[in-house]
This record gives sequence, C-alpha cells and structure tokens, in this order.
Amino acid sequence: MNRKRLAVALLAVGILAAGPGSAATSPDEILPDPALEARARALGKELRCLVCQNQSIDDSDAPLAKDLRRIVRERLVAGDSDAAIKRHLVERYGDFVLLRPPVKPATWLLWLGPLLVLLAGGGLVLAFLRRRRTAPVEPPELDPAERQRLEMLLASDPHNRPA
Amino acid sequence: MSTRIGEPSATRAPRRGWLYLLPVLLFAAVGVFLALGLGRDPQTLPSVLIDKPAPAFALPPLPGRDERGFSSADLGGRPMLVNVFASWCVPCRIEHPVLDQLAREGVTIHAINYKDAPDDALAFLRSLGDPFTRIGTDRQGRAAIDWGVYGVPETFVIDRDGRIRYRHVGPLQPRDLERTVRPLLAELGR
Repeated sequence: MNRKRLAVALLAVGILAAGPGSAATSPDEILPDPALEARARALGKELRCLVCQNQSIDDSDAPLAKDLRRIVRERLVAGDSDAAIKRHLVERYGDFVLLRPPVKPATWLLWLGPLLVLLAGGGLVLAFLRRRRTAPVEPPELDPAERQRLEMLLASDPHNRPA
Repeated sequence: MSTRIGEPSATRAPRRGWLYLLPVLLFAAVGVFLALGLGRDPQTLPSVLIDKPAPAFALPPLPGRDERGFSSADLGGRPMLVNVFASWCVPCRIEHPVLDQLAREGVTIHAINYKDAPDDALAFLRSLGDPFTRIGTDRQGRAAIDWGVYGVPETFVIDRDGRIRYRHVGPLQPRDLERTVRPLLAELGR
C-alpha cells in the first residue's frame, strides 16, 4: 500500500519536473550577465522551435532550438536589441518563428477575428432581445371554429362557470 | 379538421426561413476551410527566402574529398540545386538515388553537409554515390540556419541569378521531380 503511494508521489514529482516549468537551456549556454540572460530567456519563450513547432526554443530540447538559443545569446552579447534579434530570425524562418504573430494586414483577420465574431454574436443577441421586448409575440386571432371550441371547453369546466 | 389553440398559424413562419439556412451555410464554410487545411502538411513550412538571393556563406571543404568547399560565389550562372544532407539522416539515404539520377542528367547539384562527421559523410558518398559538384561542410549548422533550414534533407532550386526559387522539405522523391523540380529547372532554362 505504502509502496503504491510512493510510486504515485514519484510519478507526480516526475510529471512536475518535466512540466512547463523546466526549460531546456543547459548550464553551458547561460550568460554570465544575469540581465542579458533574463532577456535571452524572455526572447526564447517568444520564439518557436521550428522542429517541434508548438514549443518555444526555451522549452525545446531539439538541437535546432539549442542552436537558435545560442544565436539569440550571441547577438545579445553583441549588443543587438530584442527587436533586431527577432528580425534576424524572421528573415530566415518567416513570421512562423514568432509564437505571437505580428499585427499586420495579413494577420488582421487572425487578431480581430474573435472580436468580430463576438460583436456579430452580441449584435444578434441584442437584436433578438430588442425584438422580443418591443414586439411581444401575440397569439394569432382565433377563428370562429376555435372560438366556438374554446367556449365549449370553458363551459364544460365547472370552475369557469360564471357565478 | 381540428385546430389546436395556441398553434401558430402557418402564414407567419416562412418569412424568415432563410435564417434557418444560416447554420448550414456556416457549416459549409467551416467545412471548406477544414478540407483545405487537411490537404496541407503543417510540418512543411514555406520558405521566406523564395525569390530572394541565397544568403552569403563560405563553407570549408569536406576533408578527404576535395579542397574547394562551397560558397555563395558558386551559385548562379545556370539553374542548380542545393541539397542539405547528413550521413546520419535516414531520409537522405532515401532521396540519394533521385539526386544521383538528376546529376546523371546533367543538373548541377551542390551540397551543404549538415552537422556531420567528415568520415561518415565520405563513407555515405562512397556507398551511395556522389552526385555533388561542390560540398561545403557546415559542422555547426550555422549556414543552414541562414538558409532557413529546419531539418534535413532540404533541397533548394537556385536560378541563374543566384536566387532561391523553390525549397523542398524532406526527401525528394521521383514524383517531386516530375511535378516540381524538372518543370521548374526547364522553366529557368538549363
């Protein structure tokens, strides 16, 4: 019983250790300057690993991700700005290398799409509610046959008989 | 005929009948996008270097093969291919006969030997054939990154002005030759 519990605990620790908290950056890559290293880590989280595609280069153990991390750090040491480093990689790998796509005419639909859908949906709901409030659904007029049947039903119900 | 009370009369409903078609239309639109998306391989990325000059590089030779190496100066003059390969890359073995075939037809193929041990690369070429005119060794994989390479093999078609016209990701197969590479080389004029 206890052994089982221990196994579960170990498994949990393993999962946590392998989770998103752990970065792939190995000690030999880390820059001596903590400020530059912090920028490198932040940049690494913004850049896509082209091999694994849904991981950042900060998270990925792929050799290409390691190469890209090294390039980021070299350029940081050389004094490049964050934007210049991103541009350097976009020139080689395209906007795809950025985990956050840039806002430009080709991506307007991507960025504004959810807002448009929300507005359209909200508009529809508003229009529907307003219509319901201003023009409540009226029951159709009874035709003579229906009127006659209604009177018959009312007459047959003892509670509805006129006092 | 008996009519039940409260049942809406038939004359009201059909006025907004087109609204009921809206979900169907939306579904069709989403379906078209999904169908288009299914036909694409998300692993295959477009190259941003298409129609741009190949990046500047100068790679050392493969020791034991020749002393020439491979640099941007070797590009252009006529249409050619640049193949990124490594001896440890299994798909490269699969595509190698295709490259051999092209070379026999007279197509110039240069190569970037990516993150490889020179001895392994030499053994690879000895056993499978050497279709390459020039080979540059890129042991750190830096030149490949300048080319936007994210895996091996990759093959680029270069025009006579030294611009990249096409990038193929993964092993070149005979059908790729027929569909894209040969027509493009013919268009670029050999």
